[in-house]
Amino acid sequence: MAEIRLKGVRKTFGKVVAVQDVDLTVHDREFVVLLGPSGCGKTTLLRCIAGLEQVDKGRVFIGEQDVTDLPPRRRQIAMVFQNYAVFPHLTVFENIAFGLRMQRKPDSEIEMRVKAAAELLHIEELLKRYPAQLSGGQRQRVAVARAIAVQPQVLLMDEPLSNLDALLRLEMRAELKRLLREIQSTTLYVTHDQVEALSLGDRIAVMRDGQIIQYDTPLNIYDKPADVFVGGFIGNPPMNFIEGQVRVEDDKVKVLTSGGEIEPTPEDGAILRKLKDNRVLIGIRAENIEALPTSAPDALEATVLVVEPLGSHNLLTMQVGDERIKVTTRADFKVQTGQHLWLRLKADKIRWMDKASGRALYA
Amino acid sequence: MKSMAIGLKQVRLRRLNLEPYILLLPSMVYLALFFAWPMFQAFRLAFQTDDGHLTLSYLQRMFGDAAFIKALRTTIVLVVSIVPIQFILALTMAILVSERLRGADLFVYIYSIPLAVSDLAAGIIWFSIFTERGYLNSLLYNLGLIQKPFLFLDYRTPWPIVGIVLAEVWRATSIVFVILVAGLQSIPRDYIEAAEIFGANWFQRVWKVILPLLRPSIQTALILRTILAVQVFAVVVAVAGRGVTVLAAEAYRWYSEYRSPHMAAAYAMFILVISLASAFIYLRTLRVREEMRL
Amino acid sequence: MRRLAPPPRLVGRGTMYLMALLIALWILIPIYLITMAAFSPKDVIYSWPKSLMPQSFSLETLLFFLNAYGVLASVRNSVIVALLTLALSLVVGAPAGYALARFIFRGKDVYRLMILSTRAFPIVILSIPLAVAFIRWNLYDTVISVALVHTAMALPTTILVTSSVFIGVSKELEEAAMVLGCNRLQAFTKVALPLALPGLAASAIFTFVLSWNEVFAATILTLYNRTLPAHLFVQLAASPLPFRFAGGFFILVPAIVFMFFVRRYLFNLWGITLK
Ligand SMILES: Nc1ncnc2c1ncn2[C@@H]1O[C@H](COP(=O)(O)OP(=O)(O)OP(=O)(O)O)[C@@H](O)[C@H]1O
Ligand SMILES: [Mg+2]
Repeated sequence: MAEIRLKGVRKTFGKVVAVQDVDLTVHDREFVVLLGPSGCGKTTLLRCIAGLEQVDKGRVFIGEQDVTDLPPRRRQIAMVFQNYAVFPHLTVFENIAFGLRMQRKPDSEIEMRVKAAAELLHIEELLKRYPAQLSGGQRQRVAVARAIAVQPQVLLMDEPLSNLDALLRLEMRAELKRLLREIQSTTLYVTHDQVEALSLGDRIAVMRDGQIIQYDTPLNIYDKPADVFVGGFIGNPPMNFIEGQVRVEDDKVKVLTSGGEIEPTPEDGAILRKLKDNRVLIGIRAENIEALPTSAPDALEATVLVVEPLGSHNLLTMQVGDERIKVTTRADFKVQTGQHLWLRLKADKIRWMDKASGRALYA
Repeated sequence: MKSMAIGLKQVRLRRLNLEPYILLLPSMVYLALFFAWPMFQAFRLAFQTDDGHLTLSYLQRMFGDAAFIKALRTTIVLVVSIVPIQFILALTMAILVSERLRGADLFVYIYSIPLAVSDLAAGIIWFSIFTERGYLNSLLYNLGLIQKPFLFLDYRTPWPIVGIVLAEVWRATSIVFVILVAGLQSIPRDYIEAAEIFGANWFQRVWKVILPLLRPSIQTALILRTILAVQVFAVVVAVAGRGVTVLAAEAYRWYSEYRSPHMAAAYAMFILVISLASAFIYLRTLRVREEMRL
Repeated sequence: MRRLAPPPRLVGRGTMYLMALLIALWILIPIYLITMAAFSPKDVIYSWPKSLMPQSFSLETLLFFLNAYGVLASVRNSVIVALLTLALSLVVGAPAGYALARFIFRGKDVYRLMILSTRAFPIVILSIPLAVAFIRWNLYDTVISVALVHTAMALPTTILVTSSVFIGVSKELEEAAMVLGCNRLQAFTKVALPLALPGLAASAIFTFVLSWNEVFAATILTLYNRTLPAHLFVQLAASPLPFRFAGGFFILVPAIVFMFFVRRYLFNLWGITLK
C-alpha cells in the first residue's frame, strides 16, 4: 500500500513560487503523469515528494505515513533524475546495484536483479562499462534501470525518455508500461510529451505556474479540458477557441460569433442562459468540426487558408469571420486554398468556456 | 575563381594558425631559462666537479654526513605527520562549510586566511606560543598546571617537532581546504541526491560518492602538500632554531655557511628525488581512470 | 556554499556549528596573539607570566622593528621584488593563459601537462644553480635576480589561473565584437580584457603575496640587498623577541589584507586539479 498524498504543498525559491499549495493523491499502483510547460514546477514537485526539497508548507504522505520530515532514504522511493545522475565512478552494473547494496541485499540477489533490470532496458552488454563510455540515451536507461532494480513502492521519474530516439522511445514506452504493471510501483512520471502522457498515464495532472489545473483521466483531459490553457496545451492541433456572445431570444439560446450563429445543446443552453457575462469562448477540437462543400442551415461559412495533407487525414486552417480555426477532414476530401466551405460544429462536443476567466462552464 | 583561390588560402592559413604558439613562446622560453636550465645545472653541480669530472663524491659525502641522517629523519617524520593531519582536518573543514551553516561564507574566509601567511611568519607566531616565556607556558601557569616555564623548544625533547607540525598544520591546511572545496563544488549535486534517494546514509554518501568523485582534487592536494612539506624550511628554523634540522635547511647551510654549491645541489637533488617519488606514488595509487570521468 | 547532504542525525547541526567555530578559533587565536604582541611595549613582551588579554597598547615594539638597521631597506626591496614578479609573470604568463583558453592547437595537452607537472618540482632546487649563474652574470645580490626566480615559481600558476579567467569570459563576446568591426587585438582589449580584469588582478595579487612571503630563494640569492623575509630570517637567531614578533606581524599583515581582496577568486585560483 503506497499511495502518495500531497496536502497543500508549497515550495518557494526566494520570490519564485515553484509549487503553489498543491493537493494531489496518487493511488496505490497508479501511474500518474505530470504534464506542463517548462518551468511550471514539475521537477520541484517531484523533489518535494522525494524529500530533496523541504516543503515550506503542507504535508507529504506516502502510504499511511507522514514523510514530510523524513530524509529521502527513509521514504522507500526511487527516482530517475532529469539529467540522469548516473555515478561516473561506478560501472553500469554498480550503478544499477547501488540501491540494492544500500539495502544490503545478498550478492546473488543483486546480480539477478541487476541483470533483470538491464535486460528490460536493453543494456545487458553495457554492464561493465563506465557512464562516460555511454551515449546520453544509454545513460538515461541506466538511470531507469537503477530505479526499477530496487522495486520501490514509489517511483518518481523526471522525463526518463526525453533523450531517446523516436523509435526507441515508442518501444520503451510500451515496455515501461508493462514493466510498471509488473513491479506494482506507484508512479509519478514527468513529461513534456503529450503523446507519452496520454498513452501512459492512468491519470494526468496538468500543471501550470506551480498549480495543478486539472487532474483526470487522459480521455477526460483531452475531451473536457478544465480551461483554455489545458485545451490549448493538450492535443495536436490544440483546441480551437472561437469568441461568441450569448443571446436569449424567446425560449431559445443562441451564440453569436463573427462567422455566424451557433445553437448549443439544450443542456448547455441551460447553463449559458444563467450567465451574467454573456461573452463566452467556444472550444472545439478540429476533429469535431464537419466540413461541408455546400451551404447548410446550421453551418458557418469559412474560407480555406492552408491545406496540410497529413496522410491519414488533412488538416485545414480556415478563416471563419474574424477567427482562424483548424479543422480535420478525411484524406480524400478534395479541397483547395481559397475555397469556401461550410463548417458544422458538433454541438455535443463543444466545450463552453467563460471568456473572462478562461474556465470551462461544465454543469 | 579568384575568390575561391583566396578562400582556399585562408583556409590553409587558418589551419597553420601560429597565434597560440606565439602567445606560448615567452612562457616556454622563460621556463626553459629559469626552470629547466637550473634543474639541469643542479644536476651538474651535484655530479660534476668544478673542472668538469663526473663524480659521486658529493653524494657520498652527503650520505656520510651525520646531519643528513638527522635531517632526513626529521623531514620524513614531519611529512608523515603533517600531511595526513592536514588532509583530515581540511576535509572536515570542507564538509563543514558545505553544510550551509549560517555564516558559511565567513568561515570560508577565515579558513583561507592562512593561505596568505608566509612560513616564516607562521614559524614566528608558533615560536611566540611555544617559547620559554611564551603564551602556552603562560596559559599553563595561569591554569595552575605548571610552576615554572616548561622548555618546549628543547631539542632533546620531541616538543619542537610538535611545534613545527602544529605551525605547518595551522598555516598550510588552507590550501588543501581550498582545493577540496573547489572539488566539492564541482561535484554535481544530483549524484549526492541520487545516492540519498537510493538509501545511502551520510557516511555512505561521503565514502561511496563524494570521496571517489573528489579523487582528482585529493590527488592534487596531496601531491602539492607533500612536495611542499618535503622542502619545509623557514618554519623549522623559526620555531626550533638550529636544534632541529631538515633537508632544505641543510641545503641552505651548505650553500650559505659552508660555501659549497655542490653539496647544496646534492641536497637539492635528493629533495627532488623524494618529491618526484612521492608524486609518482600518489599518481599511481590515486589514479583516476579516464573512463570514470564524465 | 552548497549543501553536501543533510548531516546524520547523531551529528546535529549544533555540533557542526561548534566544530566550525572551534576550527575558526584555532586559526584566529595565533593571529590574535602575534597582533597583541606586536602592539605591546617591550617590557610586556619580556614579562612572565604573560597575560592572554591585551594589557597596554603601544607602538614601541613596531617602531623598534622598523627603525632597526636594514629593515626599511628590506621592506622597499620586498615591494620592488614583488611588483617586478607580478609584472613579469603577468606579461609572460597571461598570453599563454589566453592561448590555452581560446585556441585548440597541437601540443596543447602536452603544454598543459608540462605546466602542471612543474608543481611536482621543489622550488628549492632552482635557487642554488641560479645563484651560481647570477654570480657569473653579475646579477647576484640584486632585486632583479630574486624577482626572476620568484617569477619562475609563480609562472605556472599564473598561466593556469589566467587561462581559467579567460575561459570564464565567453569567446562569443569577442567574436561579436569582431563581427561589429573590431580587429583581433581590439576585440581583446575592448571586450575580453575589461571582463577579465578582476580575475587578472586577483591573480596578480596572489603572485604579489607569494613573492612577499618567499624566504629560501631570497636568502640564497642576496647578501646585502635582502628582502624583508630574507632579512628577518638571517637576523632571527640573533634578534630579541620584540624584533621577531614585530617582524612576524609585519609580514603577516599585507598578506591578510590582500587575502581579503582576492577571497572571491580563491577557488578559481587554487581549484585547479591535475587533470
Ligand atoms: N534551486 C532553485 N532555486 C531557485 N529557483 C528554482 C530552483 N529550482 C527551480 N527553481 C524555479 O522554480 C520553477 C520551477 O522549476 P522546475 O525545475 O520545477 O520546473 P520544471 O517544470 O521541472 O521545468 P522543466 O520542464 O524545464 O524541467 C522555475 O521557475 C525555476 O526557475
Ligand atoms: Mg524539470
